[in-house]
Amino acid sequence: MEKFIEHTGTGVPLRRSNVDTDQIIPAVYLKRVTRSGFEDGLFSAWRNDPEFVLNKDEYKGGTVLVAGPEFGTGSSREHAVWALQNYGFKVVISSRFADIFRGNSLKGGLLTVILPQESVEAIWQAIEATPNTEITVDLDTRTVSYNDVTVAFELDDYTRWRLMEGLDDIGLTLKHTDSIDAFEAKRASYKPTTLPIRI
Amino acid sequence: MGKTLAEKIWDDHIVRQAEGEPDLLYIDLQLVHEVTSAQAFDGLRLAGRKVRRPDLTIATEDHNTPTLDILKPIADPVSKLQIDTLRNNAKEFGIRIHSLGDADQGVVHVVGPQLGITQPGMTIVCGDSHTSTHGAFGAIAFGIGTSEVEHVLATQTLPSRRPKTMAINVEGSLKPGVTAKDIILAIIAQIGTGGGQGYIIEYRGSAIRELSMEGRMTVCNMSIEAGARAGLIAPDQKTFDYIKGKPHAPEDFAAAQSYWETLFTDADAKFDVEITLDANTLEPFVTWGTNPGQGLPLNASVPNPADIKDSEERGAAERALEYMGLTAGTPLKKIAIDTVFLGSCTNGRIEDLRAAASVIEGKKIAPKVRMLVVPGSERVRQQAMKEGLDKVFIDFGAEWRNAGCSMCLGMNPDQLAVGERSASTSNRNFEGRQGKGGRTHLVSPLVAAATAIRGTLSSPADL
Repeated sequence: MEKFIEHTGTGVPLRRSNVDTDQIIPAVYLKRVTRSGFEDGLFSAWRNDPEFVLNKDEYKGGTVLVAGPEFGTGSSREHAVWALQNYGFKVVISSRFADIFRGNSLKGGLLTVILPQESVEAIWQAIEATPNTEITVDLDTRTVSYNDVTVAFELDDYTRWRLMEGLDDIGLTLKHTDSIDAFEAKRASYKPTTLPIRI
Repeated sequence: MGKTLAEKIWDDHIVRQAEGEPDLLYIDLQLVHEVTSAQAFDGLRLAGRKVRRPDLTIATEDHNTPTLDILKPIADPVSKLQIDTLRNNAKEFGIRIHSLGDADQGVVHVVGPQLGITQPGMTIVCGDSHTSTHGAFGAIAFGIGTSEVEHVLATQTLPSRRPKTMAINVEGSLKPGVTAKDIILAIIAQIGTGGGQGYIIEYRGSAIRELSMEGRMTVCNMSIEAGARAGLIAPDQKTFDYIKGKPHAPEDFAAAQSYWETLFTDADAKFDVEITLDANTLEPFVTWGTNPGQGLPLNASVPNPADIKDSEERGAAERALEYMGLTAGTPLKKIAIDTVFLGSCTNGRIEDLRAAASVIEGKKIAPKVRMLVVPGSERVRQQAMKEGLDKVFIDFGAEWRNAGCSMCLGMNPDQLAVGERSASTSNRNFEGRQGKGGRTHLVSPLVAAATAIRGTLSSPADL
C-alpha cells in the first residue's frame, strides 16, 4: 500500500446524506475481477445529470470528496473504495461514515476523515464559493486546512501509523503466527469444519 | 460485573491483545462468494500465500448467477468470467464450493445455516454485509471488505476493534399478520440507518424468543441496515433443535450444547445502550423512501417532508419522494405495484415461501403485476417443490425461479426497469438497487403476497 502522509488537492462538494455503496457503485459494475477500472461506475446513476457535481468543469480534477453524513452505508463492497480511488480521490470527508466502508477505506489507503457537520458545511461553502480552493489533509498533524482555517480530526494512533508507513495488514498479522498456532491448539473439537464434506 | 453475550463470544476469540492495537480475533468460519473474493485470491497469489484453513472456508455462487437456465453457459461473458474465477480459485486453494445445480448452492446466508455450519458462539465473516444473518444462532457474524477477506484467508484472523453493545428489547406478542420483518423495519425506522453504528446489537425480549429461527435470521439480517456491525440473539432450545440433524451438526452434540448453554448475557451485565420496542402495537411495516429507515406502518400515508425538522432528513425525504414518484399525503395502501419480489437472504427461506403461499393459494395475481419467487437456496427450492409450493406460485401467476440473490441487488438479469415499482421482501430500497431507476418498497412475505393479489401495497387483512 502507498504511504499516506499528506495530501493537497481541490475539493468536490457532495451535498447528500446517506450516500450508500450502491450509489457509489451499482452492482452491475461489480463483475470485474481486478482492482482497477471501477471509475466508470462511480456514482453512475447521477453521472447522467449534467448538474451533478462531478460533471461540472469547476470540480474536474478534485481529489477530496466532501460528503454529507452517513456516507458509505449498505453493501460491504470494497469496489466502492476502489471506484473512488480509481477516479482519483485520495480523501473523503464526512461527519459520519458507515463502519464497513470506513474499515475498507483505511485498509486500502483512501483516507476517510471525520469532521463535525459544521466543519463540513464550512468546507462546502468555501469550495462552492471558490472551487479551486486548495485543501490540505495532513496525517502527521491530523488536520485539514484550507484558506486560513485549520481543523483537527481524530484517527487512532495505530491506523495512522499503518497508513503513514503504508503497511500491509496481513504482513503485520503473520508476525504473530505463533499466537494463532497456540490459539488453534486449544480450540474446542466440536467447532464445525467445512471439510470433509458431510451431506 | 457480568458480560453481555457479544462480549463473551468476542473474548473467547482473542488471539492477541496489545495496548493501542485492535484485538486480533480468530475467525471460525468464512463464507465466500464470487463478487468480493476474486481480488482477494489474486492478492494471495501475488504474495505467494496459501489459505490457512480451507476447512473453515466455504464458497458458493449467488450474487451474479442467473435464476433461469442455470445449467446453460452464462450468457453475459463478464458474469461468466467472475463465476469461473471463483470455481478456479476454489480448486486452486482447496476450498469447498457449491456451484449452480448443486443442492447447497444458494445465497451464502441461507446455505450456512441449512448445512448446520452456522452454530452458536462462533465468529463468522463474509464479504457481504448481510453476514449479520448468522447472529440469529448466537454468533458474532459480520460483513467485511475484500482486503479483509484476503486477510482471513491468509491468517484465519482479523484485527478488529471491540464494538460497543446495544440491547434492543422487543417485549410483548406480535399480532397475527405481523412478522419478524415488521419488527426489524420498525426498529430501523426508530433508530435510523446510522443508529447502530459502532455497535453489536443483541435482540432480546419475549417477541424475539417467540420467533422461529427463520424469523430470527430475518431480524439479524437487517442489523446492517441500522448501521450495526452485527446483530445477535442468545441461543435457546429452538436454536439447538434447528441445528440437530443438519449435516454439520456437532458429532459430540452434548459437549457443544453444554458450551452453547453458557451463551447468554449475564443478569448483571451492562449494555452501552438499551432500547425497548412494544411488539403488541406493531403493524405491518413498509418503506416509502430510498433508505431502510424511511418506513411507516402500512396504514399510514406518505409523509410530508415539510413536517421534518432536521434539515438533512428533510432534504433526504424530498429527494426520496421525487425518486420514488410519490406525493406527500398519499395513503401507502393506494400505491400501485408493478413487480413483487419474494426471496433474498432476508426472506428467501422455506418459512417465507410457506407464508406467502398460504396467502395466495387458490387466488390469481393482479393484472399487469409480475411476481418473481426466488428461493434462497437450491435446497429450499427442492423442499418447496416437495410441499407443492411451486405449483401454488405458478397457478397464481408467479414466476418460479432458481436460487440466488437475484433482484435483491439486480446484478444478474433480474432487474426492475426505469420507473418500475416493486414490493420486495429484500433488505435495501436504495436508489437503483434493484435496477437503474427502479423503485423499491420493502415488505414482509405476507405483505408481498397480499400486494400481488391486490396490485397495491396491502396486508392479508385487506383481502
